[in-house]
Amino acid sequence: MPFLLTEEQRDFARTLDALLGAADTATAVRAWAAGEHKPGRALWTRLAETGVFALAVPEEHDGMGPLPLELAVAFVELGRHAVPGPLVETVAAAAFLDRLGDAGAATDWLPRIAAGDAVIGLCADGAPFALDADAADTVLVVGGDTVCRTETHGPVQATLDPARRVSRPLGGTVLARGPAVTAAAGHAVDLARLLTAAQALGLGRALLTGTVDYVRQRTQFGRAIGSFQAVKHRLADVLIGLEFAQPLVHAAALALAGDAPSAGADVAAAKVAAGEACYAAARAALQLHGAVGYTDEPDLSLWIRKARPLRDAWGTPAACRARVLAG
Amino acid sequence: MDLEASDADAAFRAEARAWLAAHVPATPLPSLETREGFAAHRAWERQLAADHWSVVSWPAEFGGRDATLFQWLAFEEEYYAAGAPGRVSQNGINLLAPTLFEHGTAEQRARILGPMATGEVIWAQAWSEPEAGSDLAALRSTAVRTDGGWLLRGQKTWSSRAAFADRAFGLFRSEPGTARPHQGLTYLMFPLDAPGVTVRPIGRLDGKPAFAELFLDDVFVPDADVIGEPGQGWRVAMSTAGNERGLTLRSPGRFTAAADRLTALWRESGDPTDTALRDRVADAVIGARAYQLFTHANASRIAAGGTLGAESSLNKVFWSELDIALHDTALDLLGPYGMLADDADDAPAHGSWAEGYTFSLAGPIYAGTNEIQRNIIAERLLGLPKEARA
Repeated sequence: MPFLLTEEQRDFARTLDALLGAADTATAVRAWAAGEHKPGRALWTRLAETGVFALAVPEEHDGMGPLPLELAVAFVELGRHAVPGPLVETVAAAAFLDRLGDAGAATDWLPRIAAGDAVIGLCADGAPFALDADAADTVLVVGGDTVCRTETHGPVQATLDPARRVSRPLGGTVLARGPAVTAAAGHAVDLARLLTAAQALGLGRALLTGTVDYVRQRTQFGRAIGSFQAVKHRLADVLIGLEFAQPLVHAAALALAGDAPSAGADVAAAKVAAGEACYAAARAALQLHGAVGYTDEPDLSLWIRKARPLRDAWGTPAACRARVLAG
Repeated sequence: MDLEASDADAAFRAEARAWLAAHVPATPLPSLETREGFAAHRAWERQLAADHWSVVSWPAEFGGRDATLFQWLAFEEEYYAAGAPGRVSQNGINLLAPTLFEHGTAEQRARILGPMATGEVIWAQAWSEPEAGSDLAALRSTAVRTDGGWLLRGQKTWSSRAAFADRAFGLFRSEPGTARPHQGLTYLMFPLDAPGVTVRPIGRLDGKPAFAELFLDDVFVPDADVIGEPGQGWRVAMSTAGNERGLTLRSPGRFTAAADRLTALWRESGDPTDTALRDRVADAVIGARAYQLFTHANASRIAAGGTLGAESSLNKVFWSELDIALHDTALDLLGPYGMLADDADDAPAHGSWAEGYTFSLAGPIYAGTNEIQRNIIAERLLGLPKEARA
């Protein structure tokens, strides 16, 4: 029972890391924050070429999934590089449509999602807003046992993460109704929660790396501030948080892949741990960059500001902790 | 990547579970930090050993079952889930034995491991000194060459289990005036009832004599009781320290079992509207699960030929802080009963929460303080510059 990523999975992560590392995602993030989606969509296209979206889509609809563990591996990298857009929502919408049992909707959307040609908003789990509805081809809204689709939304509102813009979905036509909707939505919410946790884990890793680099070169009192224990211990704690969140994310992905009865609780545990670890990383990054960290000039600020909303997205820490104890 | 147990591992777990169900005492033994409890725990070790459950990961020739790391982890989960007694012989099994397997002679293994496995000889550790705690290499106790062996002189302290144990192991300065403090040290074993040894028990926070000071006045140790080469003691000891912090000192089973009991306590007596307390219960459950999975990942890495280095410091900080948080939460759930000492008449769960709480408070201190561990994490894993030293 080797509980380790395979060489193939690690290669996949490295490929994504290299691709995104060379892609200047910070510029795409700033553009996305200004409502200019083109550079971000270009990133999505490149991600589709590596097969990221196909991981959520079954073979009969031109995908190679569903593969929750590989998706989690990918979303760590998407988080590490702060790729903008409703990535989690689009992939979770794919899982929803795959399980809904509505052949028409699946045929309409799944091949397009796999190819990276569709951006789908998803509003479920009682969330009042849809993420990036203005960038989406359509938004699925799940309420109770009913799912609607809509292409209209209220005013776009800013969040604490400038690249995370939300709006209220408006109107819409009923796509399906009944227990199949509830079941498919339950799974989609778990997948969204898992992939948000994976994103948070990657984001936290990037924040830690960036901060370690900074405190190694920033000099005060004649020495690198990274040599001071107060700084070292804070960063050690950030690493501990991230390292212990990672296996929870992997195990939750395995549970979800196997439809294990514990999957809901496992995913919630992963979300709490990764969300908190990432937020702690952001707080440390802000504090240890000093005044520089509190400006919006360095790219790192884009990463710092993502952490808090990610911690709440698809399940606040309190909701997820309650879910863990519900078993 | 998976978390599936092999058939052999599942069978191993089932066998352990059945044995424990038939043998674990119905009521907990008295605290092992008392004379009476120490004797009771020694007897339990003998019972474990009789059916080859005391040292499952050792080779069969020394009383073990040649268990793999995964089997050991399964055994530990079953052991603590069954509410089995604390391991009075853990210093020997977890700290000394790995050193003997790596650096000892065949003669030493043949002579020492058997009685260790049965609890006939219980070992104490003798690392720290009054002036050498975190800065262990500052130790001053000496080993002076004599005919056929060494004479130990000096003082050791905070020596766990030494109040009632039979023998001890530790580091001694055998070459004075070396260029660096961790050179010229020798790893030796000695009987606690040898001429020249004075044991002064020290009460831990709750007064129980969990450790002791050792005064050594020309205590003779034969050459046969040196582990590794004289002068190489630091290197020999560090392999033990790595084991201690790494996988074997605090197995995840302790924490998953404690988290399960905490969850049961919360369901029984928790106020459902007290979400702050609920969140802490959830965090204990999440932390225990995280530690279990992290350990499985490490065990997988080791099984694939990897090693644990500075990564073991991550473990040490994590489990020690989890342990305190978990027991703190339990005491809060117990309300007015949370303050009762473990041996109080009305102590809930036979005092196990109070005992666990007191025990947990030492976790961030022993086996390398968490401050030292965080330095190691920052310097060796994150690559931050070393601090200026005096």
